[in-house]
Amino acid sequence: MLGTNGSEGAMTYTAAQNDLSLQKKKLAQEQFEIRLKKFTHNRASVFGLAVVTLVIVLAVFAPLIALHDPLAMNTADRLKGISAEHWFGTDNMGRDVFARVLYGARISLTVGFTVGLVSGFLGLVIGLYASTNKLADNILMRVCDGLKAIPSTLLAITMMAVLGADIKNVIISLIVVNIPNMARLARSQALVVKEQTYIEAMRCLGSSQKRILWAHIVPNILSPMIVQMTFVFASAIITEAALSFLGAGVPAPAPSWGNILKEGKDVIYTAWWMILFPGVFTALTVLGLNLLGDGVRDLMDPKSN
Amino acid sequence: MQKFIVRRLLSVIPVLFVVSVVIFTLLKMVPGSPAATLLGDLATADDIAKLEEKMGLNRPLVEQYFIWIGNMFHGDFGISTAGGEPVASVVFSHVKPTISLALYALIIASVIAIPMGMLAAKNKGTGIDHGVTVLSLAGISLPSFLFGLFLMLIFAVKLHFFPVSGYVEISRGLWPHIKSLTLPAVALGFMNAALMMRMTRSAMLEVLGSDYIRMAKAKGVRNFVITTKHALRNSLVTIITMIGQSAVQMLAGAAVIESLFAIPGLGQLMVNSIGRRDYYVIQAIVLLIALFNVLINMLVDLLYGVADPRVRAT
Repeated sequence: MLGTNGSEGAMTYTAAQNDLSLQKKKLAQEQFEIRLKKFTHNRASVFGLAVVTLVIVLAVFAPLIALHDPLAMNTADRLKGISAEHWFGTDNMGRDVFARVLYGARISLTVGFTVGLVSGFLGLVIGLYASTNKLADNILMRVCDGLKAIPSTLLAITMMAVLGADIKNVIISLIVVNIPNMARLARSQALVVKEQTYIEAMRCLGSSQKRILWAHIVPNILSPMIVQMTFVFASAIITEAALSFLGAGVPAPAPSWGNILKEGKDVIYTAWWMILFPGVFTALTVLGLNLLGDGVRDLMDPKSN
Repeated sequence: MQKFIVRRLLSVIPVLFVVSVVIFTLLKMVPGSPAATLLGDLATADDIAKLEEKMGLNRPLVEQYFIWIGNMFHGDFGISTAGGEPVASVVFSHVKPTISLALYALIIASVIAIPMGMLAAKNKGTGIDHGVTVLSLAGISLPSFLFGLFLMLIFAVKLHFFPVSGYVEISRGLWPHIKSLTLPAVALGFMNAALMMRMTRSAMLEVLGSDYIRMAKAKGVRNFVITTKHALRNSLVTIITMIGQSAVQMLAGAAVIESLFAIPGLGQLMVNSIGRRDYYVIQAIVLLIALFNVLINMLVDLLYGVADPRVRAT
């Protein structure tokens, strides 16, 4: 900044600048409020937010809400329908399905959130690096093309077959599966931002490559990345459930939604509740995340104003 | 056009190379020696060492990779550890049900999704449009195995319209064949139909908003002709892409759906092979589907050139 060396001219200049930055802040605040209003007026996004919040609350407070231990077997109470004691009935080992579904939300949300966040971050780093170095770009993007050529579910199944069924491995495989898309997105966005005049100006002013990347390019490509991360969050929940359903995901006694559905399939003639409740929870959570993602996209995209 | 085709063909090579390296690396990450798995628990260390020597497992990794690739070019995908048969013949015997299922699902998805997407675009902002939007959102949020379970519960267990699971070969009659595949195909097709609907709608909207459509309208061209001849033709590139991608997605999604409905196709074979630790079979199926994916993408790109002359120039 130009100095505050005490001379009158500089003072007025600083004052004017302060005023300008204040105005800018106010404008940004107003714009944010407009977008927030738009978000709250969009019933679909509010519904999405409500569903996701509800599932998070249920998952966090599961020990307080559920009356039973999700792993406690009770052979006398096998395959009992809905009752005041067991809101969602009991499963083939007499475990409380309501408790299992709530604790299952913990697993699904943990997997989805971790996969979204980590694959987003790694994709960002890879995409940024690719956007600055031609050779690295060529190599990294060919690797991404190759990984994308294998359909994501199949790649995840194959990785699980090799690594072994375990929640840690589910997270690792889903991160690997989702990185290519994230990296491609970050790269393409970074390439567009890189050509902007203000980045050129920063370069002329002698800013370091690192500073340009992290202080100027990253904030400008963050919103599409965050939107994409919510969709990865949703798709990771689906894939985790599918993997567990196939017996290649979270190992058996753990109450993952996919596991409950897998056990429910074996008793489909007698215990519809073992399919309906975890199924509805899975579908609603994914729907909520998708709606929320759409809402966040509208919120963050200045063009949609 | 020729230059376009050649360039597109050449671009497949690095992708396939990466795919093969990924699969090879994954196979090498499997704990334990494949030779030991093949020989079973009773094998001595000496036997294992001999077989490893024979299979080339004690050579450097790069050399092993090239032997592996070379064998595959000769149609040798290894021996299935489950039945001792060559992997190629095991995989080949499971191809037919998967093709039937994927084709059926693709037809269901396209027949529903494309007209509905067009209808929604033509009636933008009306009840029809909202209905299609809600339906497509539901489809995207409902994983196919879950939808399959719901369908099974309602139409097979409660209403008895369809068999709960199992597969009837086409040689035993077309109708039983179709009947055994209907629920799985609907389950598999629904999610893709949702994506197709969304994309057909947005592609059509983009075209319908363009100047030449307004021009055609001003000239007095009938609405039907505008939709089918001008708008549809110009959204064709998007629609071709979608159908191509859906075909790949369906082959991949078949893994879960086939296990659910007990259809003896590639997907079920793959899932069963995980339990049996039959890695050569898994590798062959993944490679086959990746190859199919790459070829479909290439075909789609070439079709772009046919559908839209502007693509050829670039």
